[in-house]
Parts: sequence; structure tokens; C-alpha cells
Amino acid sequence: MNFEQFLQYIFSGITNGSIYALTALGFTLVFNATQIINFSQGQMVMLGGMTAIAFHGAGVPLWACFLGAVIVVVVISMGLEHVAVRPLLSKGVLAQIIATVGASFVFETAAMIIWGRQALALPAFSGERPIGVAGATVVPQTLWVVGLTVVIVVALQIFYRRSLFGKAVRACAVNPSAARLQGISYRKVVLFSFALSGAISAAAGVMITPISFMSYSSGALLGLKGFAAATLGGLGNPVGAVAGGFVLGIVEALGVGVVSAGYKDAIAFVILLLVLFIRPVGLLGARVVTRQ
Amino acid sequence: MKWNNKKTLSAVLILLLCAVALVVVAGCGGSTTTTSQASTGSTGAAQPTGEPVVIGAIVSATGPTAALGEQERNVLQMMEQLINGKGGVLGRPLKIVIEDDKSDPKEAVTAANRLIDQEKVVAMIASTGSPSTLAVKEITATKGMPQMAMAAANDVTDKAPADWIWRTPPKDALAVSKALDYVTNNLKVKKIAVLHDENAFGSSGSAEIEKDAPGLGLEIVANESYKTNDTDLTAQLTKIKGASPEALIVWGTNPGPALAAKNMKQLGMTIPYIGSHGIANATFIKLAEDAAEGVVLPASKLLVPSSITNADQKKVTDDFIHEYEVQFGGAPNPFAGYAFEAVSLLVNAINTAGSTDAKAIQSALNSTQNFWMPDGAYNYSATNHDGLVAEDMIMVRIQGGTWVLAQ
Repeated sequence: MNFEQFLQYIFSGITNGSIYALTALGFTLVFNATQIINFSQGQMVMLGGMTAIAFHGAGVPLWACFLGAVIVVVVISMGLEHVAVRPLLSKGVLAQIIATVGASFVFETAAMIIWGRQALALPAFSGERPIGVAGATVVPQTLWVVGLTVVIVVALQIFYRRSLFGKAVRACAVNPSAARLQGISYRKVVLFSFALSGAISAAAGVMITPISFMSYSSGALLGLKGFAAATLGGLGNPVGAVAGGFVLGIVEALGVGVVSAGYKDAIAFVILLLVLFIRPVGLLGARVVTRQ
Repeated sequence: MKWNNKKTLSAVLILLLCAVALVVVAGCGGSTTTTSQASTGSTGAAQPTGEPVVIGAIVSATGPTAALGEQERNVLQMMEQLINGKGGVLGRPLKIVIEDDKSDPKEAVTAANRLIDQEKVVAMIASTGSPSTLAVKEITATKGMPQMAMAAANDVTDKAPADWIWRTPPKDALAVSKALDYVTNNLKVKKIAVLHDENAFGSSGSAEIEKDAPGLGLEIVANESYKTNDTDLTAQLTKIKGASPEALIVWGTNPGPALAAKNMKQLGMTIPYIGSHGIANATFIKLAEDAAEGVVLPASKLLVPSSITNADQKKVTDDFIHEYEVQFGGAPNPFAGYAFEAVSLLVNAINTAGSTDAKAIQSALNSTQNFWMPDGAYNYSATNHDGLVAEDMIMVRIQGGTWVLAQ
């Protein structure tokens, strides 16, 4: 492997990694407020991409497709919270997680009925002319995805650490009963977290469709990789989720380079297991989010 | 209880919606059948009389492979009327009972048993996808009933029991040998790379390439794989690029091959891209856009009807396309062709056999020689149930968003 190839593997890893990172962020937000792993997160990303494609097909400009998709998925995500998660509040976290698994099938089947089986495409935001760096190339859309990831993470950090409502969300994650005693509306925090996670997922879906297309069945693999990334980085920590995404993407790409593409998932998951053995909370996981 | 009432109300509403949807769907289905019946029946041949000859057909009219199965069902309905308009089978009316397997092998088994036990069919046309076809094959083989298959997986005819199954599409192995023939004789290169989907279609194609390449003097310098929904293939392609092949064969169905085409362009790879027959559809061109230009792939002649030179083949193809366009308003795809060929070959065999006895139909099918159809001349024998050969396929190049002959 020469340097040029090495750099290309890194770029390939960053492209996939930023996609995993954006999906992982959605997991983190919901987990932070509720301790629920939302297994329909990948399908939310898929719905974001598919909705944007539908808007674009109707002649709507790209930026408006982006906004439209975000609004639609936020509504769906809040609907999910209202219909499937809130009624099960007293039944415990496990019941709520299973409800999200059910929701993932509903979203996937609905998408298949609405948009059919075929994968669909969306034009890139600023052209497809690859940018060359020392012999390796990267498409402009990847920079958009990486840029969006950075902006979202910084915004989330400010929100969680500086704003009162952000602190309230974190308080709920630490101890919901104590938070409620302080006058924080737990229900509002949960609903808000689902809305925000829906918005980020939709944005991710719209951003990655020009790179990798989107079909009704894309959500499952995205969800799996996003969940792995979130776990690797430390569930509950947005910075960790993003770091986990990039590490996973780059390890996979180098796995292709060093061994073979057939083993890249195996290599990635072995690394994930190793990290969890050594540091059960993940790379950047903080103990504070672990509810007793 | 208040909330209970609300729930009941919404449940009733949902049920009502479902009912309305069902009526609409059923209405559409019904109207197509009646219009197609009205448009035929005046060809002037002797009216068939007596007990109908019943053929069972299983297609995937719904579910994942519906895009293929719908056209097949159209053709089967059309053929029943056309054949009855021309005197039927053995002077008796032809009746094709069509079942939908919903793209699910379990449903296909249920449908096959129903067709055999209740409809008393004399032969079977099944099915759209390879999994369903292989499931039904077990039943027809046990019962000793002729089955015409419309699926392309090698196992349909390569794996025993295969005494009672014949197929109409070119099998996957033919597409591989056609593609490799193009690489050897047209591109005249020696070093090739393979990129394939990890699913059944991609990995069996890759295995077939690995098997055939040494005999043709081809060296496989890299063989990489991907998952159908992978988000970026530049890592695989970087590795392939590093092995410096002279051509790349990509074996898979959408969207992977389209992603590969786009990623190749990003990496500045200019070596020839040879695809599989799995991307012989408009979806690939729509997804890959500019990157699709110049891609070469094996396909049925029905994709480029002007490629047909044999007079008999040309006539049967033109007639079929014409009939299809009159009835359904659009051009038939290759899958419609497979259904057309299945009915034609089966009816021809029953007429040749002079009876509906299974053994008689079997020997008539096995002695079918030089039977010209849109896909080529079918030659079945006791040991060859594939009918077509690699020469019956064509290599096409994507140019200006459509397909042109590449050889």
C-alpha cells in the first residue's frame, strides 16, 4: 500500500464514517434523554432521504427539499414518541425499545409501498467534480456531510452545556425522578429529544443520498452501523458518537485495503468488541449518563 | 370509557380506508381483464370446444419481484386469449389459472399444491424469482409434472431433480460466459478484476467467473465484494486500482453497480466496466447518470430488438411486441418475453404430444428443436433443459442514455 492508496482509504473511511457518525448522533440524542435505543433510527435516515427525493421529483429546489424532509421526519419522529413510546412509559425501557423495532418495520414497509423497491438518486449539492489531494480524491458532497457533522456536534455541545433547557435534558438522563422534582417536564424533554433526533436523521438522509443513493431497505444497514458507531464512541456522548463513526469508517476502509472487503464488517466488529472489553462505556463514554 | 370509544372510532376508520383501497385495487384489476377480453376474439379460426386444457401459472405479481411478475401475468392473460382465438390447444380451449406467490417461496408452494390438487392442471409455469421456482420444482419433480421456469439461477436446471423442469431465460452462467467472451475477444485483455455483491446473485456470478477465467487465459488480479446497501465503494475500487487490471467486471443488481460506476469516475479509473445482465434496466442508467456511459453488459436480444437478424426470430419478436403494445400500451421487457416463450413452448409441446399426458409432454419438450422465439432458437433435449446458448445473448453498450450493440 503506497501513500496515495493509504490516503484514498482514509478518504473512503471518512466518507462512510461521516455517514455512520450522523446516524449515530440520532441514537445518542434519544438515549441521552430516555435510555432507549431507538432501533428505527436507520429508517428515519432513510425516510429523510426518500422524502427529499420525493420533493425534488416534484420540482422543489434542493434547499427546500432539505427543509421539507427535516420537517416531515420531525413530525414522524414525534408521532413515534407519542404513539409507540409514551404509552409504554410505565412498562419500562425494554418494552419501549421493542416498540421502536416494530416501528422500523412499519417505516420500511410504508416506504416500499410509497416509493417502490428501486433505489433512487438525488443530485449533489455542489457538483460531482472530485477534489484531488496528493493523488487521492474526495467528492464535494463528502465535505458537506463532514461539515454538517461538525456543525451539529458543536451546536449540541453548546446546547447541552450552556442552555438551561439543555441542562434540563442532561438532568433527565442522569435521574428522571430527581429532575422531575426540580420542576423539569420529563415528557417535554423526551418529546423534544425525539424531535431533535428526527431532524438530525432527516438531515443525514438528505446529505448522504447524493453519495450513496437511497432505497426503502437502506435503513437497516445504516441503523446497524450507526448503532455500532454510537456504542464504540460511548452511548450518550455526541462527540463520542462522531468519533466512533469516523473510527468505524476508517477501520473498515483500511480493512478492505489490508485484508479483503469480505472481512471488513468482521474486522470492524472485532474492534468494537475489543474496545468494549477494555472500556465498557466506549471511547468517550462518560459514567454520568449511566442511569442506575 | 372515553379513550376506548376514540380507539374504536379510529380502528373503524382504518378498516374503512382499507376497504376503500381494496375496492379501488379490485376495480382496477377487474377493468383490465374485461378490456383485454373485449379486444380479442375475432381472429376467425375454428372455435375450440370441449373440456379446457388447464395450465397452472405462478408469478410474483406483488412483493419485491413484482416489477417482473406483473408483465409476466399480463402476457399469460394475453396468450390465453390469443391461443383460444387461433383454435386453442388440441382443439380444446386453453385455460391458464394464474396464482400470485407474493415473491415468497412458501406462498409458491401453497399455490402449486392448490393448482395441482384443486385445478387439476396438466402443466405448470413457475415462477418469477429463483427461490420460488426452486421451491415449486421439488413438487413438480415428485408429481412428475412438466414445469416451465422463468428464473435465471443456474440451480434451476443444473441441480437434480431436473427431469421435469425447462427454462426460457438465458441462465446466469450464459451471461458470465458471454461477458468473458467479450473481454477475451473484443477487449483482448488478459488481466481482469471482479467486484461483486455478497448476495446469491453476485457471489454465484463471481464463482462462475473464477471457474471460467483460467480456461480463457484470463488472470483475475483482484476480487472484491460489497453489500447491496453499502454507502461507498471507493475502498474496494482503490484496492482494485492498485492491482492494475485492464478491465473490471461488476456482478450485482442495483444500486451497487451504479455506485461502483460513480466511484470509478471519482477515482479517475478509465478501464472498461463490464456489468452483469442484472443492470440491463433503466434504473441503472437513472442512478449512475453520466457514469453509466460506456458500460458494457450482456442482455437478452429483446433489449435491442434491432439486433435480431434471423427472419423467423424477427417475425415472432415483432408479432409479440405488436400484440403487447396493442393490449398494454408499452413495450414488453425481457421478463414479459420469458412468459411468452414459456406458454409458446409448452403449448407447442402439448400439440406435438397430441395429449395432455405428462410423460408425452415431457418427451415432446425434450425433442423441441430449433423453436424460434424472441430470445433465440430453443433446443431442448433429455440432458439439456436450458434451450438457449451464450450466442443467443448480446453485449450492449450504454450510450446517450440508451443501449446500443457493442459487438
